[in-house]
Parts: sequence; structure tokens; C-alpha cells
Amino acid sequence: MSVYAVELRDVVKTFHTPEGGTINAVDHVDMQIRHGEFFSMLGSSGCGKTTSLRMIAGFEWPTSGEVFIDGEPQGHKPPFQRKVNTVFQSYALFQHMTVFQNVAFGLEMDKVPPEEIKRRVGEALAMVKLTGLEKRYPRQLSGGQQQRVALARALVKRPKVLLLDEPLGALDLKLRKEMQLELKTLQREVGITFVFVTHDQEEALSMSDRIAVMSYGKVMQVGTPVEIYERPRNKFVADFIGETNLLDGTVRSVDGNSLTVFVPALNAEVRALHQGAFHAGQEVSLSIRPEKIRLVEKPTECANCFPAQVKQVAYIGADTRVIAQVVQAQLRVWEQNMVSTLDPDAYFQQNEQAWALLPPENLLALPVE
Amino acid sequence: MNPHRRSPFVVVMTVLVFLFLYVPIFVLVLYSFNASRTNVTFEGFITAFGPLQMQGSLVVQSPCGPFHWFCDLTRNQEVMTAARNTLTIAFVSTLISTLIGTMAAIALQRHEFKIKPFAQLSLYIPIVIPEIVMGIGILTLFSQVFTWVNTTFNLPPDLRLTLGMGTVIVSHIAFSVPFVTLVVQARLQGFDPSYEEAAMDLGANELVTFWRVTLPMLLPGVLSGALLAFTLSLDDFVITFFTTGPGATTLPIYVYGLLRRIITPQVNALSTVWILIVLAAVFLIQRLENRERA
Amino acid sequence: MLQRLREDKALQGLLLIAPTLLWMIVLLIIPLILTLVVSFGRRAPDGGVIFTFTLDNYIRLLGLQPDCLNPFACFDPLYVSILFRSLSLAFNTTVIVILLAYPLAYFIARAPHERRNTFLFLVLVPLWTNFVIRVYAWMMLLRTQGAINGVLGWLAGLLGIPFTPLEMLYTPGAVLVGMVYEFLPFMILPIYTSLEKIDPSLYEAAADLGANALKTFWRVTLPLSLPGVVAGTILVFVPVMGTFVVSDLLGGKQVILVGNLIQRQFLDARDPTFGSAASLVLMVLTLIVTLFYTRKFGFGKEIVV
Repeated sequence: MSVYAVELRDVVKTFHTPEGGTINAVDHVDMQIRHGEFFSMLGSSGCGKTTSLRMIAGFEWPTSGEVFIDGEPQGHKPPFQRKVNTVFQSYALFQHMTVFQNVAFGLEMDKVPPEEIKRRVGEALAMVKLTGLEKRYPRQLSGGQQQRVALARALVKRPKVLLLDEPLGALDLKLRKEMQLELKTLQREVGITFVFVTHDQEEALSMSDRIAVMSYGKVMQVGTPVEIYERPRNKFVADFIGETNLLDGTVRSVDGNSLTVFVPALNAEVRALHQGAFHAGQEVSLSIRPEKIRLVEKPTECANCFPAQVKQVAYIGADTRVIAQVVQAQLRVWEQNMVSTLDPDAYFQQNEQAWALLPPENLLALPVE
Repeated sequence: MNPHRRSPFVVVMTVLVFLFLYVPIFVLVLYSFNASRTNVTFEGFITAFGPLQMQGSLVVQSPCGPFHWFCDLTRNQEVMTAARNTLTIAFVSTLISTLIGTMAAIALQRHEFKIKPFAQLSLYIPIVIPEIVMGIGILTLFSQVFTWVNTTFNLPPDLRLTLGMGTVIVSHIAFSVPFVTLVVQARLQGFDPSYEEAAMDLGANELVTFWRVTLPMLLPGVLSGALLAFTLSLDDFVITFFTTGPGATTLPIYVYGLLRRIITPQVNALSTVWILIVLAAVFLIQRLENRERA
Repeated sequence: MLQRLREDKALQGLLLIAPTLLWMIVLLIIPLILTLVVSFGRRAPDGGVIFTFTLDNYIRLLGLQPDCLNPFACFDPLYVSILFRSLSLAFNTTVIVILLAYPLAYFIARAPHERRNTFLFLVLVPLWTNFVIRVYAWMMLLRTQGAINGVLGWLAGLLGIPFTPLEMLYTPGAVLVGMVYEFLPFMILPIYTSLEKIDPSLYEAAADLGANALKTFWRVTLPLSLPGVVAGTILVFVPVMGTFVVSDLLGGKQVILVGNLIQRQFLDARDPTFGSAASLVLMVLTLIVTLFYTRKFGFGKEIVV
């Protein structure tokens, strides 16, 4: 058994545009997916995540580079010779076949004996809680049920890797949340490597062991959900995942893993965290998440603290979202509503004066591209 | 606003147009029970069963009663041969044109190749040029090629290439293929390629994928293409007229021949039977389709 | 080999289209080229073709004689008038067919869903009887002692009016009626298809914006159904231009169209070279009209129902 379930090595996929130009949908991508891992590719449309998945499945072949499945180079192998299976965004259930026939299709292709097909299809349908619907046609099922059939159809073949192309995209919000949980549980039970493509960051964060954030055909960062959110490598990831405030500045001094940065917008030097090689005089961007800024009426201690004026307030239940004028910078600040009260004074009001605390351990220095 | 509200003008026109479409057919069927042999005017039904008896040009008694002309028809060897020819031509040409037309539709809709625009354009030719132009073109081709082959190889009379069933079938395919292709192509336009990808993903190779997934899903389109080809072949007169030869008389050609000479109610009986068969066939197909859909 | 075929989509496409393309080339394009070649030839005494290059056939079609020096003296309008007659018949037929087909198509498109198929079926049934049989039906109706005169005579008798049967068969009118009857369904279907595609909310939007029924029809329905009318026009105009059966059986010797002219050259007069020239002129004429028409209104997408 090889180290990685799937590996993309310097993979490029070039498409021809209708105008006669070319575009690299996938641009020199390296990616290692471990055995038994729930791996997500996250990005907005056109970032190359689906093309990458399709190259693993064998629907597309790389223009250059190589895809490895379980250590074996795949070359121009057609999909039916690969040990991976796919759950399609549109489910692609065969409309002219019953649920049973759909799930049995892949086993028939492998020439599995009929009794075994019957048994394994039964098991697969039980796994996705569809027992009893064998004789239905796809059009007689709800969206969620169709989704499960698609899942059973792919899993019944016991693939090395299951590829899922935005499988929850067509479901309504509530069902999608349910299915997210179920998919995760299912993945733990069967222990198969899942490669999951999505544009929904919450979905990726909540389900994945690791995430690859992609943009314009390139991998911007690979890491666990916590790493991606708490320690983004670059401005793109910091901005794309969740929300953040970015402040530009110049490094004054480096001291272990903390920096002193002069931020013109704050007209002050602040202390910040860093995880790369920085040197004095370098331009940097400082990223701080809105929920990590503290807004207080009176500061008790004052490291990185600045006077602020509340510009806008939006109460959204769990948080109160504030836009605060901090010196010359406008910062987004989310204050958690810790206490239940109707007293308007308990919440920030427009034009209120306060202090903004930017804790150095929450202020991450990122290189300017 | 009621979407089904209709203006009286539209309703009246609809009734009139339907009358216009059906009165001739009604008259045609009515006359197939005509007692008059010359069939010029309707002289009433033959009602009496018994041995054939005539009064002038009127048949007053027949072993088949009102169905005299239908009985007469079955004894007409020429009609039977013509019917068999018509059906053979329609079946064979439908089969071949459906097969190659479906292939062409897939090529045009799914594949990119150099001569594609030319191929697509060539399919519109039979639609925009009159049938007779195509008919005499094919006739010229066949007669020139056949004459050349027959004289060059000095073929004995029984081996000589002549116009006949073969030439008619080949020509019928030529005018029905474009229609089949365009119908199937239209069907393919909304076809999501992920069905085929799913099949391949599950282990089916290209041929199995085509046979088990693509074809069944295309079937309604292929069937309506085939139905269209069959209809066109049955209905065709002009192309057949120019490409037929001895031994390949079809019903329309036979009827056309009769119309220029004498007309007996036999022709009407033939038409009535024809309409009934076609209606039955279409009814059957519709039933099948409905069952498929349910 | 298999690997190569699997990866070469262009090759797959070529293989798939090959039989159809072969058919189109051998039975459509080559015959057309051959017709062109023959039209420049000369008639052999045995009715065959002598391949040369002469424009005689085209000169004759224009009503001139190859050796004639004064074109005005020997102009014979016979063939030109046949061409003109065919064109005007095709034009008249198309207009009448549109006028008859549109309300019916509109009616079907607005009918409840479950009834539409039945109505469409009723439109198609006459098509499934044979072309020749349909002409024959009109012979029975139009004949001097035919069904129409029979009914009229009976009515006249009831009212006590003297009645002389109308001579309807073998007149230009008979040919026109026959043509309209033959090709009416080919107009109804495409118009129906394009009407059926119109989103009903457009009618509501038009009404909401203050258009009455007539204005809605004129400004919304009609423009959106034009593709269907275009497709129908091609499907009617083109065959009417080339048909010889209707004029032969319903027009007798009165109405001679290009179709009859060509047919006679190939069968009775035995001059395929002149027939080929006439046939090419017919084709070019039809193409010009359809091209002009489709340029103006676009190529009807509803051509395939």
C-alpha cells in the first residue's frame, strides 16, 4: 500500500477557450491525499476543483503531470479501469433503471455473481437507509433519497477512493445540514478515502479532515480546518475563509515569532504573530478575524488598543456585528451576545465611543503578494 | 386571465380546418362501400349478401355484402404485391436510416471534427430542395452508372443492374436520414453527459455504456425519428416514381397508375384499409409510449 | 489501435458520421453535380445523353432559340410562364396554408395539456394516408358528378332552384385546393411547436402591462411564433414548387407546373438534358426564395417537430 491514496504531481490541465485562447484550469497542482482521509477541495467556481476531481476519476486527462491512485500512475486510463467511484453533482441516476438496478449496475460490470449482487445492493441500501425502495424509479424519489442512491451506487463497489462533486449542492439548507453529518459518519464507518469538492466553506470546515483551498487553478493552502482558519498562509485564504480585517503595514523589527509592525491606518506600531520569514522594512498585511477584536468601553490593559467609534450596528442573534472606525481604519467587529437581556444599553449603539483591542496573538502577519 | 380562453374566431376556424382535413377522408371511406362500379357518384351501399349480381354498373348483391370491394381487393394479386413492396421498403429504409442517422446525430452533437459544418449543412439539402430535383438526380446517377457497368462488364441480361427494390430503398434512406439525424440531435441537445460518465465510472466501457445507458435514454428520440422515417417512406411518391423499376411497384405508384386509367371503388377500399392499418399502428405505438411513461 | 480510437474524439466522430455522409454525398451531392453536367449536354436520338458543353437547354428555357438572332422575334414565353405559374402557385398556397394553420395551431397550443396530443394526432392522421390517395380524395369531391356537386344539387333540389353542376376538377382552383390540403399539416406542426414553447406568464405580463387580447397577440404571440411560421413555410413552399402529382391529377392538361415539365422530359419527351436544366433552374429558384426568406426571418428551428 502506498503512502497516499491519491496524489497529483505537478498536474496541469489546459482547455481551449471558444475565442481560440488557452486557459489552465488546473495549473501545476501538487496534492497528496492520505488513506482514509476526508479531503475537501474548496474554492469558487472556475478554481479548478472539479477539473482536478474529474482527472482523478478519469473523465479528463492531465495535459502534463501525473495522477496517482494508491501509488499507481493513471496515465490515460479510462474511468472504468480506475479504482475510484464518483457521486455526481446531478446524481446522474439512470432514469430508465430502478434503484436496485442503478446500484447493481457497477457490480454487474464487475461480473459479480447475481446472489452476491443482491446481497451487496441490500447492504448498500441499508447503509444509506433506503431499504424497501429497490423497485422505485429515480423520478419517484425525493432529492435527498436520490442523493443516497447515488452514494450507495458508488460505495457498493468498495472503491479505494470516493469522489464527491458538490453532492449536496442541490439539496435545501436543512437537508444539506443533515446529510453533512450523515456523510461524515458514513465515511468514518466505511473508512474509505473521500475526496469532496465544494464551494461551501462551512461544509468543508465542518466535514473535512483536511482542506485544499484553490483559486484560479492553483492550490493556495492545504491544511486542517483549524489551520486553514486560524493560520491562513496568505491573504487569499485569510479573506476567502470566513471574514477578516486586513491592515497594511511595514515590519519594524522581528522578535522570535512575533513582529512589530507600523500600521499607517492606525498611525501606530502594533505587535503581531507571524509564521514565515520576515525582515525589518518588509511590507506586510495584518489579518484579524472580526470575532477576535474586542470592543470595550474601558480597557483594563492596553496592548494594541485604540480608540474606536461605532459606525454601524447589526444585531443578528448570536452576535452583534459592528463596524467601528479605529483611527483611520474601518474594522468589522463581532461581539458575541453573552447575556440575554432586552436592555438596549447592553449592546453597542451607533456613534458610541469605545476602545478596540487587537490582541497580538490574534493578529497574523501575511506576506503581501 | 384564463389561459384557455379562446376567441370565437379561433374556435370557428379550428372547426372549419378540421372539417377541411377530414371531409375528403370521410368521402374516400364512404365510396369504398359504393355500389356503383364506375365509382363516379355514390349510388348507395351494397347491402345484400349472396352471389355476385350486377344491374348495369351497379353491384346489387355480393358474397361479401357491403364489403364487396374489400373482398375484390384481396383477390387482386398486384395490390398484394404492391402492399408487400411498400412495407418492405418502409421497414428496411427505416431500419437503416434510424441506425446511421442516430450515429450521425451523436457525432454531430458530441464530437468535434473538421468536416462537421459541411456534414451538418448537407443534412439540410433535402429539406430545402424540391423532391423532384433529388428524384431525377438519383435517376440520372443510377441510369448512368448502371449503363456503364452493364456495358463495360458486358453483363448477361439476368445479372444486369436495373432499377428496382434496391434503388428505391437506397433512395428512401437518402431522404429520411436527415430527418432522423435532426430529431435525434434535438433530443441529444439536452442530454447531460454525466450519465455516461457515471456508467464509465461504475466500470462500463464505451460500448456497454452506449448500449445500457445512452441508447435507452435516447430511445424516445430514436423512436420518433424512426416513426418519421417510416411515415416519410410510406407517404413518398416522387422519389419512388423516379427510382422504381419492374417488380418494385409500391402502393402509391400502383394507385397513381389506376387513377390515370379506370377508377373502381377498389382504390377506395385500398385507401380505407391503409388508413385503418396506419391508425392501428399509431394507436399501438402511442399505447406503448404511454405505458413506458407510466 | 483501440487506445488510439478511445482518445481520438475526432476520429470517433468521423467514423460515426461516415455512413450518413456517404449517403448524402453519393445520393445527394453527386446526383446534383450530375444533373448540372447533364444539363449542359445534348439529347441523343435514343433518348440518352451526349456529354458536351452547350447552353442550349438554358437558352430554350428562357424562351429563346439557340440559332435565333433576334431575341424579340422568336421569344416563346411557354417555359418562363410555367416557372412563373409555379412560383405564384407556391406563394398563394403558402399564404393560404399559413392563414388556415395558424388559428388551428393556436387553438391546440392553448388547449388543456392532456388534450393537445389528441388534437395533434388528428392533424397527423391525414398525413398518414398516402399523398396520392389524398389527391384522389379530392378528385372524388371535385368531379362534375362528385360529392360536392352531389350535395349542392341535393340542396338546390330541396330549395327548388335549378342547378347545373359546377366544373371544378381540372381547373387551377382545384390544384390550389389540392396543394393546400396536401401540405396544411406541415405548417400546423411547426407553428404549434413554437406557440407551445411560449411561457404563459408572458401573456400575463402583457396583460399586466395593459395590452388587450389583440395587442398581446400582435406584439407578443405572433413575433414569438415566427420561427414556427418560417419552418412551416420552408416545409410547404419547397415541395409545392416541385410537385407534379397534384397538378397532374387535379389540373389535367390545364395546369402545367415545373414539376410536370421536368417529369415529362424524363418520361414522355425523353430529353433528360432539358429536364435537368429545368430541374436546376427550379432548385436555384427555390433556394433563392428560401435564402431570401430565411435571411429575413432566420432559419426556422422548428423544422424538425
